[in-house]
Parts: sequence; structure tokens; C-alpha cells
Amino acid sequence: MIAWTIYITFAGAVFLLFLPRAFSRWLALITTMATFAISLATFFCRDLDLAHFNTVVRVPWVPALGMNYHLALDGISLTLVLVTSITAVSSVLFSWDVANDQRPNEFFFWLLLVVGSSFGVFLSADLFLLFVFYELVIVPKYFLIAIWGSTNKEYGAMKLTLYSFFGGALVFIGIIAAYVSAGSLDLNELAQFRFSPQLQSWAFPILFVGFAVLAGIWPLHTWAPTGHVAAPTAGSMLLAGIVMKLGAYGGLRVAMNLFPQGFQMWSNWIAILAVIGIVYAAAVALRQRDLKFVIGYSSVSHMGFVLLGLATANVLGVSGAVLQMFSHGVIGALLFAVAGRMIYRRTHTRDLDELSLLELNRALPFAAFVFVIASAASMGIPGFSGFAAEITILIGAWKTFPIAVWITGVGMVLVAAFTLRALKRSFFDTAVEEGENVKNVTTLNRETLEPITVPEKLGASLLIFATVAIGIYPKFLLDRIQPAVEAMRFLKTGG
Amino acid sequence: MSYLDLLKLAAPEAIVTLTALVVLVIGVTTSRGTAVAGVSPAMPRPAAAGTAASTALCTLVAALGLLIAINAVLMLPAHANLFQGMLVASPLNSFFQIVCLVLAFFTILLASRETPNYGEYLAIILLATIGLLLLVSSEELLMIFIGLELTGLSLYLMTAFDKTDIRSAEAGLKYFLFGSTASAFTLFGLSFIYGMAGTTSLAAIAEGFAAQSLSPLLFAGIVMTLVGFAFKIAAAPFHLWAPDAYQGAPVSSAAFIASGSKVASFVVLGKIVLIGFAPVHGSADWHAMVAGWSPVLAVLAAFSILIGNLVALVQTNLRRLLAYSAVAHAGYTLLGVIAGGREGFSATLFYTTIYAFTLIGAFGVVALVRRETGGDDLQNFAGLRARSPLLAGCMAVFMLSLAGLPPLAGFFGKFYLFSVAFRAGANHGLLWLVALALFGSLISLYYYLIILKVIFQTQGAETHPPSFVGKNGLSNLTIAFAAGVVLFLGIAPQFLVTRILGTLQ
Repeated sequence: MIAWTIYITFAGAVFLLFLPRAFSRWLALITTMATFAISLATFFCRDLDLAHFNTVVRVPWVPALGMNYHLALDGISLTLVLVTSITAVSSVLFSWDVANDQRPNEFFFWLLLVVGSSFGVFLSADLFLLFVFYELVIVPKYFLIAIWGSTNKEYGAMKLTLYSFFGGALVFIGIIAAYVSAGSLDLNELAQFRFSPQLQSWAFPILFVGFAVLAGIWPLHTWAPTGHVAAPTAGSMLLAGIVMKLGAYGGLRVAMNLFPQGFQMWSNWIAILAVIGIVYAAAVALRQRDLKFVIGYSSVSHMGFVLLGLATANVLGVSGAVLQMFSHGVIGALLFAVAGRMIYRRTHTRDLDELSLLELNRALPFAAFVFVIASAASMGIPGFSGFAAEITILIGAWKTFPIAVWITGVGMVLVAAFTLRALKRSFFDTAVEEGENVKNVTTLNRETLEPITVPEKLGASLLIFATVAIGIYPKFLLDRIQPAVEAMRFLKTGG
Repeated sequence: MSYLDLLKLAAPEAIVTLTALVVLVIGVTTSRGTAVAGVSPAMPRPAAAGTAASTALCTLVAALGLLIAINAVLMLPAHANLFQGMLVASPLNSFFQIVCLVLAFFTILLASRETPNYGEYLAIILLATIGLLLLVSSEELLMIFIGLELTGLSLYLMTAFDKTDIRSAEAGLKYFLFGSTASAFTLFGLSFIYGMAGTTSLAAIAEGFAAQSLSPLLFAGIVMTLVGFAFKIAAAPFHLWAPDAYQGAPVSSAAFIASGSKVASFVVLGKIVLIGFAPVHGSADWHAMVAGWSPVLAVLAAFSILIGNLVALVQTNLRRLLAYSAVAHAGYTLLGVIAGGREGFSATLFYTTIYAFTLIGAFGVVALVRRETGGDDLQNFAGLRARSPLLAGCMAVFMLSLAGLPPLAGFFGKFYLFSVAFRAGANHGLLWLVALALFGSLISLYYYLIILKVIFQTQGAETHPPSFVGKNGLSNLTIAFAAGVVLFLGIAPQFLVTRILGTLQ
């Protein structure tokens, strides 16, 4: 049943092209809601074995080269499918304002292509199929940003696309190396194959770094802030909520699972890069003036936690990493929704200095409310999913890299600092009554700001519900993630 | 050996020859009045009522002739060999004869109303097609050379056919000068090989070479032969004619040069080196090169990928850009030949086939845009999406397939080629070429996206006629069909791969 998420999304995308423009957002909403319903139903289905990567569909595709159309499901995939569908629904709701003269059917076409291919990546059990879906995400992103984006959109779009394709090229080499050595493309078969240590030592880093480009690994993260800033609101939500997860998921499912020895050789380096990413991105975020840049760097910082979790190579750390993927998908989408749709679309500025003069907490109280919650979740306040995920990762990391935990602690303080700064500057500054500053305010009369619309409220409520629900009861997801992680073979014995 | 056998085996060629003659007669008898006025500096004039009918008749006859020829190929015996390989019927040859005929068919559909003296133009396209058929179906050096020359001479004429455009004349002259020099090299090289092996049949040459080691004389012969083919497939550094020919020639000739001629050249090149020169393969592995033809081709491939992609970055004319990208694609395609073996040849054939369909479609779009806006620079494509969503969508399919993105045929083609090259050689020795090709693909994505950005994003083209979907129904249909083929072979590559592998037993 879960395979229908892919088919429904692609079918919806194709139908969009032939429907009148007025219906496009409704069709997009119905499509994403349907996938959300399917993933929820699968999630609550009791009699599924989520501990192993069990086949859902398997049809020969190119038998001459051993390629199959092979989908499978385990707890990790299911978690990521769920966060993808949640983000998809809310991103459609937050792009309800794509007007009829802005080619809405093309917009939602590309959006659904990103969503559908992401489902495909999370469910693929065939290396070639996974790579097809992984590359399929690249072009829609380019068009979403280059056509409907804002600030410096062509640069941001091209940079993101070339980075993705570069990562894809590295992944390609790694995949061919695995394929040629093992003679199979089936992920489950490959996970049993014993690759020679010499091959693993060079194929693992190529494959992992290739995937990690999309996950925003330092120092290949620079596409993320510019891409997020340039993208339209829904685009940033998809980038933060889904696309960055593709990289992390690929690193886990393919690179680490196929090349465990290579992983052990390089895990220290991954941890170092992850910790640098966490601290560096947080420090950079502290100095940004553009609200979306702040959030963009916070995404890089949070994805650093995912990579750190993966590098620990124990059950807690890796499960925490998957949980963090879910958590950041929801929180990142929420932050971008507030910054892009609620604030920027109304005030046409994201500059923190200018925003601080607007006293937005009075003009847009709902936006302020949502942003407070999102910031709290992002900082890792207990009760939100961010806390649950990060604490799990840190406990896992404590066993493997105690020093990293100390440094990460500094990073978390920085995260809190820049989040609070952004929160205060954007919503809760009282306007200073100084002659030269006041003139800016007059150009943007806060009384004329359009009130928050119903679709925005619905989308925000969905995301807030997701982060709170998982924050209060993380076991809900962890129960499904942990068995699947335990089945992976890279776990160090006794770890 | 009776002449009846010969006629049976050469039926497709004979049918195409007859068609060419009939088309020529129709063209000459119906359009005499306007032929003189063809030499005018103005834009191609609207065809008069009388010539419109004759154009349609020529197209119809040519298309019918090609369809009958395809049918004739299907009725060829599965295996036959005439005059020690001069004319060979085998599944592989028949398959690519059909591919060449289909490509010629597409070209003719796209060429309608393009030039004055239309009947002659179509007749020359058909003559070039005969050359391609001979090239593909022969396994003997002399016959291959005749095929090369017949194709080459027809293509030179086609390139220079637009008498109203000075660039067409320049392109034709350049193509002719470079081409005849390259032919001379090939003939010289072939004479060396004949001298060393004492025979002109490919299978016998392989036997002759198996006994002897690689002498300098033989190596010189091989290199010179390869030079001629490098010219044909536009591999750097023998690509200099390509940008001018692609840009200056009538669009349908450029399409035929880029598709039909290229497919046939790769088939023949593959046969010559993999069958005839098999014993002197050499090795192109990193740090372990062994003299032979494969390091020569590897160097050509590396040059082509680098030069083609880097120079394409700065082009502002779409046809010139496609020419440089064609150089790069020739480099990718060579990877399969270098890897060698059944898998390698199959990857090359798959890639060159889908590439031909992609380029025919892309040139079809260029032809229509040129007809409507009077040029084929990048800015002529601005806002194409608003004017014709169909053409814009098809162009996106073609460009993304060339860039190698799923779910299009180019993606699978590259995956197949690169995985075969990666597997070949001891200890992944060809990894350097694969990495270079991937790097080239990364560069190419940039300029393909620039084209698509111009088509889809730029809004400033409201001055052009709002839409030209209704007109040019036949061309639109052909282009959409080519796009459909590219998409279909991307989703179901099995369809073509099994057929090609099946012919390479």
C-alpha cells in the first residue's frame, strides 16, 4: 500500500499539467493529503514487520543488467515517508497564495515531482532505482527556485543544482563500484555481500560524501543557505524538510550499510566534520541579518546532529539521527514557513534590523506564536521533538566520542543564542523612537498587513502538532526506528 | 553467386536509390519555374502554390520509399554474406539499417518547406541514406570506404544547400575540405592495413593480425584510419568542422549529420576496431597503457569531453552549442568502444541511438523556432514556453536527456556506458575516464539548464507571435514523437537493450 504514495504523487503531478489553473492547488492538496493518509495508515498498521527491509513490490525492470523495480519498507523508511508527507501537505498549504498568473499548475507539478521522487528514494530497495529517484529530485528543485524564487534566485538555484549533481556523480561512482564488485543491485543482497576492505576504504568515503552533500555536510554545505534563501516558501520547506534528509538517508541506507568496514575507518572523520558543521553553522547564523539566512544556517547546524548521530555507529546514536531527521524536517519547514510566507510575503523584507522596527508581535500575533514554538523546538527545549532527538544522539555519542559531546554543547548554546536573537529581532523588539529609524516604519504600515489566512493556520497547526506529539512521546517513532537500526550490520558489536 | 542474390541482399539500398531518382524527377519537373529565383538574398520565400503541391508530393514519395525500404530490411535473411563481407546481412546490421532509415524518415518529415529546389534536396538526403545503409551493412574495408564517401559527399552538398545563406556555403566548404582530408587519411591508413594483412575483409584482418606483433607501420595505419572516423563522429581535436556545419547548414541537414551519420559511423568504428583490430586492442588503463587502438581512442575521448563541454559553456547560438555538446557526447560514446566486448559495444550502440533521436528532436525544435523568429540564438528561444508549451516541454525532455537526468533515456545510457567502462580493464583501470566523463556531465548540466532557463523563465519575449502550435502540425508531431521515444526508452530501456544485446551474439 505504501507504494501508492509514489504513484499517487506522480499521477497528481501529471494531471496538474492538464487541469485549469484554478484547480491546481486543490489537486495538489488532495494528492498530498492522500499520501499523508496512506503513510499514517501504514504507520498505525500493527501487523507490519518494520525491523527488516521487507519487499513491497518487486518487478523486473532491466533484467539484462540486473535492475529491478523493487520497493521495500522498514521503520526508518516509514518514518521518513511520514515526515515527507507531513511536509508536503503543509508546503502546499503554505503556497496557497501562488496566484493564477504565476503558473500555479507548473509550480505544483514541480513540487509534487520533488515529493514523489523523495518517497521513491526512501522506499527503493534497488540501488539503481534509488539513484534514479535521487537524481530525479534535482531538476524540479532548479525550476522551483529559478522561476518562483526571490533574492538572487538564479545563482542560488544553479549552485544548488550543481552541488546536487556533483554529489550525484560521487554517488554514481560508489554505486557502480558496489554493482561491479558484487554483481547485484539489490540493497538487501548487497548488505550481505562482503566487499574487500580495500574497496570499502575508498568507495565508502566517495559514496558517503556524495550523499552528505545533500545533507549539508561541512564544508560542502554552502548550497544550503543560498538555496534556502532563494527558494520560494514551499521550496525552502521541501529543501529543509525533505531534500536534506535524502542525503542523510542515502548515507545511512547505502554507504554505511553496504560498506561497514569502510565506515569504521572513516567514522571519526565524519564525526569531526559533523561537529565542525554544528558549531560553525551556529556561529555563522549568529551574525546573519537576513532571517532566512539564519534559518538556513540553523538547518546546516541541525543536520550536523544527524551526521554526528550516524557517525556514532551505535543503536542510540543512529536511531537519534533518524529521529532528528524527522524532527528537523518538521521544525525546519515550520521556521521557513513563518519566515517566508508569514513575514516576507507581507512585509517584503527579511532584514532583521528592519523587522525589529515593525513590532510584528502585535501586527501578526499568530505568526509570533508559531515562531516562538518553532524556535523553542529548534533550540531543543524539552517537550518538543528537537530535544528528544538531540538528547538521544548525544547519549549515543557519549559512548563513542565524549569530546564531541562537549564541543556540541557549545554549539547548542550558540543555537539557542542565534534563535533567541532572531526571535527577538523579528517579533519582540519595541520600536526605538529615534528620528532616523522611524522613517522606515512609515513605508511599511503594519495596520495594512494582511491577516494570517486559514491555510497558513492549518499548515502551521499540522507541523506544530507533529513536533509536540513526538516531543512528548518519542517512543512512538523510536519503537519503529530502533528495530530497523538494530538490523543494520555496521553496528559495532556490543555498541 | 548470381545477381539475383545480390539484388535480394541489396534490396533496401536499391529501393532507396529508386526513390531518390523518382523524387529527383518530380522535383525537377514541377519546380522549374521557381528554381532561378532561389538565388536571392532574402529570407526563404513563401512557397508558391504550385511548388507547395510538389513539395508535398516529394515528401510523400520519399517517406513512402523509406517505409518500403524498412520493410525490405525486415525481409532480409538473418545471416548472409556476399563477396567476403562486402555486403553482410546479420541481425546487428539489419537493426541499424532500420535505425538509419527511421532517422532519415524523421529528417524528411522535419525538412518540409525548408529550402528551394526541394526535390533535389530530398534526393540528396536519400543518397546519403544509401551511404549509411552500405556503411552499416558492410564488413569489408573498401566497401566501408565507398559508403563513407557516398555519405560524406551527400552531406557536404546538404550542408551547402541553403543558397540564400552565406554561412551555409562557408560551412559546406569547411566541411568538404576537412572531410576530404580526413578521407585521404583513412584511405592511406586502410592501404597500410591492407598491406600488412593482405586482405580487406574484417574477419580475415583479425586473423592476420593475431599472428604478428604491433609493428610501427601497423600502428601508423591504425592511427590514420581512426583519424578519419574521429572526424566523422566529431571527436576532438578533429571536430573543427562541426560547429560551423551545425550552425550554417539547413537545420534538417544538421539534424541528419548529428544523428544518422553519427550512428552509422559508430557502428562501423565499433566493427572495425572490435572485429578487425581485435588482436591489437592495447590497454587504456591508468598507469598501465599498452600500445594499440584503445589508448588512442581514450585520448580522443578525453579531449572531446573536456574541449566539447568547456567550449559549449560560452556559446550563445543554440546550434553551435549543440555542436560542441555533440563533441562531448562523442567522447562519452567512445567509452563503450574502449571498454570493448559485447557489453561495451552494446552500451555504445544504445547511447548513440538514443542520442540520435534526441538530437533530431532538438533540431526539429530549432527549425521551428528559426522559422518563426528568424534566428537560432539563445535569445530567440526566450519565452518559448509561453508561445508553445509543447515545444518547450519537448525541448526540456531533450536537454535533460542530454544532461543525463532521469527518467530520460540519456540517464540510462550514461549509466550503462560508465558502468561498462568502469568494469573493463584490470582493477578499474578506466576509472580516470569515467571520472572525467562525470566531471564533463557536471559542466554540461550548467549549459543545458541555461537553455531551459531561457525557455521557461524569461518573460521578455511578448513581441513574438503569441503561439505557433497550430501551424507545422507534421513537425510538431515528429518532435513530440521523438520526445516520446526518449522518455519511453528512459523508463523502459529494456526495450532497446535486449534488442541490441540480442543482435550482438
